[in-house]
Amino acid sequence: MKGSKNRALYGTFMIFMFWYALHFSVHSSVIPSPHETVITFIRIFPDLLLSHLLRSLGRITMAVTVSLIIGVSLGLWIGMNPKIDEIINPIIYILYPVPKIAFLPVLMILFGLGNLSKIVLITIIIIFQIIVTTRDGVKALTKELFYSVRSLGMNQIKIYRHLVIPAVLPKIITALRISVGTSIAVLFFAENFATQYGIGYFIMNSWITVNYTKMFSGILALSIMGLLIFKMIDYVESRLCVWIRVGKMNTDKN
Amino acid sequence: MIEVENLRVDYGEETALYEINLEIEKNTTCAIIGPSGCGKTTLLYALAGLISPKAGKIRINGEEQTGIRQSTGVILQDYGLLPWKTVWDNVALGLQVRKKSRNEIVPVVNQILEELRIEDLKYKYPVELSGGQRQRVAIARTLTISPDLLLMDEPSSALDAITKEQIQNLILRIFKNNPMTIVLVTHNIAEAVFLGQKIVIMEKAGIKHILDNPYFGDEELREKMDFYRICLKVRRWMEMKGR
Repeated sequence: MKGSKNRALYGTFMIFMFWYALHFSVHSSVIPSPHETVITFIRIFPDLLLSHLLRSLGRITMAVTVSLIIGVSLGLWIGMNPKIDEIINPIIYILYPVPKIAFLPVLMILFGLGNLSKIVLITIIIIFQIIVTTRDGVKALTKELFYSVRSLGMNQIKIYRHLVIPAVLPKIITALRISVGTSIAVLFFAENFATQYGIGYFIMNSWITVNYTKMFSGILALSIMGLLIFKMIDYVESRLCVWIRVGKMNTDKN
Repeated sequence: MIEVENLRVDYGEETALYEINLEIEKNTTCAIIGPSGCGKTTLLYALAGLISPKAGKIRINGEEQTGIRQSTGVILQDYGLLPWKTVWDNVALGLQVRKKSRNEIVPVVNQILEELRIEDLKYKYPVELSGGQRQRVAIARTLTISPDLLLMDEPSSALDAITKEQIQNLILRIFKNNPMTIVLVTHNIAEAVFLGQKIVIMEKAGIKHILDNPYFGDEELREKMDFYRICLKVRRWMEMKGR
């Protein structure tokens, strides 16, 4: 634990050093100094940044929740039924690499200019990762493990509860980690259109008004939000997937 | 009493078992031995009710096998422990599935853990255990349901020589202390002779020969010449060509 705190401090220190180096070498207001940014950040956080941040966080939470519910259910269904996999796999294979971000205009026409189109955009981008990871997680389970739990007298529901879901959980969490990174990037893009709230809007608006310190405060806020979400996922993982941590410790020991 | 009558199991186009006839008396042990791919594990799966035969019948205690029996314990080759459950939870699983209350589960699980000398491992996860310990946990899990039939697939194949013998001794002790029928599949001649009252020698999809083992049950058997004599007999049967 102490080690991880030290690592976080070291990471922050190095980034600030790099930032200072860039600030002094570029000699332009485009890269304000870290201390100026932090002061502005603290000053504008309660009244201005917080509300933008919360809007963005709301959109991400909504999109991630919807993606998890639909993606995991679909992934489990496809993974457990080879025939369904045969039907759906070619569709996923083609849709997965399509740059869905280009569909934002279409989504805005279909779902309006408000939150819904942005949430749908993030969802359709990250859901594939979750479906594919969940499906592959189920398919990686050996026939022997299924035999073993069936021989204990488990019915289909109990097999999901005791075998399938715990087995795919760590993989879903990994997919979630990747998805959150992607969803923040997508959100930033989506918030540049037809909205006046959200951290993406705030950053681009500060850029248009040539207020670089404010813009950097926004970037800082977005980064902190990303970091906090990551930390939260780490926490959830450490609570739900104890055996993974134990396994890692065991490997280190040997 | 297990009666297998003209059993046939197919995997797609391939016939895994053909015309299998076998009788195993109640509260005896039977070791099934044969080369890889001879269908011995398939026979075990069929006895467990995990796969349905293409033809033929399996009767256990007079009842025709139609699926998974409540009082059949199965230990598969990789032990089938769930990595996300502690030893205690893995052992309790069979009882949990049978909807027993916690008050009923706790004493049974603790007693069996103690019996198998693994009570100090109860909060550990399978990843922290050695192969022998994992096998003990898997055995403990099946014992909680008080099986009248215990099926084991290669119970000691993944273990080192010393642990192998310890697990075999443990299985023999369990058999002596609890009335049950044990069927085990193995490719190890010594294991078949030490643990099989009846030794079924298989070849591709069928039974080649059935041997009765008069020396079964002696815990010191490995130190006697009779053991090696019967091992040799099994070996000769395994090496003999054609049925």
